[in-house]
Amino acid sequence: MLSKLVTREQAVEHVLDGSRLMHGGFGTIGSPALLIDTILQKGIRSLTLIGIDAGYPHVGIGKLISHRRVKHLITTHIGSNPEAGQQMMDGKLEVTFYSQGILAEKIRAGGVGIPGIVVDANMGGERTEGGEPVIFAGRPCLIEPAITAEVGIVYAKQADTYGNLIFDKTARNLNPLVAMASDITIAEVEEIVPVGELDPEKIVTPGIFVDWIVTRSGGSS
Amino acid sequence: MGLEIDQRNMVARRAAKEIAPGMAVNLGIGIPELVADFIPNEWQVMFHSVNGILGLGPTPLKGEEDQHISNAGGAPVTVVPGASYFDSTIAYGMIRRRKLDVAFIGALQVNRKGDLANWIVPGSRVHGFGGGAELAYYAKKVIVLMSHVDPHGEPKIRKECTLPLTAKGCVDLIITERAVIEVTKNGLLLTEVMYPYSLENVILHTGATLNISENLQLVD
Repeated sequence: MLSKLVTREQAVEHVLDGSRLMHGGFGTIGSPALLIDTILQKGIRSLTLIGIDAGYPHVGIGKLISHRRVKHLITTHIGSNPEAGQQMMDGKLEVTFYSQGILAEKIRAGGVGIPGIVVDANMGGERTEGGEPVIFAGRPCLIEPAITAEVGIVYAKQADTYGNLIFDKTARNLNPLVAMASDITIAEVEEIVPVGELDPEKIVTPGIFVDWIVTRSGGSS
Repeated sequence: MGLEIDQRNMVARRAAKEIAPGMAVNLGIGIPELVADFIPNEWQVMFHSVNGILGLGPTPLKGEEDQHISNAGGAPVTVVPGASYFDSTIAYGMIRRRKLDVAFIGALQVNRKGDLANWIVPGSRVHGFGGGAELAYYAKKVIVLMSHVDPHGEPKIRKECTLPLTAKGCVDLIITERAVIEVTKNGLLLTEVMYPYSLENVILHTGATLNISENLQLVD
């Protein structure tokens, strides 16, 4: 039977120096810890990292930042990772901030093949990145380009061998969006089951968006 | 924030009075996280968390935490009957669709026009907006819960914010350990002074002109 299950080393084959890497997770919750460690061990550098936050200095996605593997961070919040703030102030890390819901929607647009979204221009205060100003529906708006990535890493509770995914409570967060917006999506899952065992009504991410699966235990079978 | 836990709880208890049964309410990180403790269960208030819950419940007992249920600050929480989980776009869809009755937000500075600064102290601390800008802009009522002065003793309520803004003209009410202040079209209106602080103390430690309410209350 066809299966997308691979070893963790095979899964990160397409993560290269300079890759645009998008990740699920809100803090440590729903963060693909095993894939992050594998990318770290592979020695990849100069990543552009796209996600909700910068994790913590020694836990979650923050490890890649602490080990100086990231050149550009596209995110919404780095308060839990002072190391990211320090690198930003020292000019060693470029950081682009978006409001969280806008970043999520830009990623969703990327995931559904829409070139951009139109957002209310009056919302924000003073930010580091702004979209293209337009008047739309009679009011000032911004066109915000969609965001995609070369590789996406997500965490899910369950997958079947086709890559259909079911998430786990607040560990869902950005994961389903990342899965859709990445050219190659790698899912790290607690459990993998044969096709047919997941209730189609309960599948959140259809397997067509998932390329590789690794289990948290790391094995390929 | 520099406030003792009993002062933080006092602010949260006062904040809870702004909530009515059946409301949908977002609690930000910091003092806002404490507000839920002062709301009776039977009010069926639905607490919203931007990491993907509507129906946040109390802190679990030690040993009963679920590693996949947290609030936006990463602390373990529970969910109430009727709760739902969803992805980040839905979490913000609820906000932009103006379904939230009240958002409680922490702040570094607020000015007389209700502008909010809470995302960066240039050269010192960087947080990022997180969901603050959208919550502040789209919630029906925005209430700032914070200490009255910063760690250097400087007023956080000011004529103008010196820090970069998160959102403009969004704050409706400010609650601190010293005072309750409404943001009105005519400027800031002081409605309550908290014991043991005096009216003079509040005026002295506020960096903007305060109009004094005719019904000013001195709260024990």
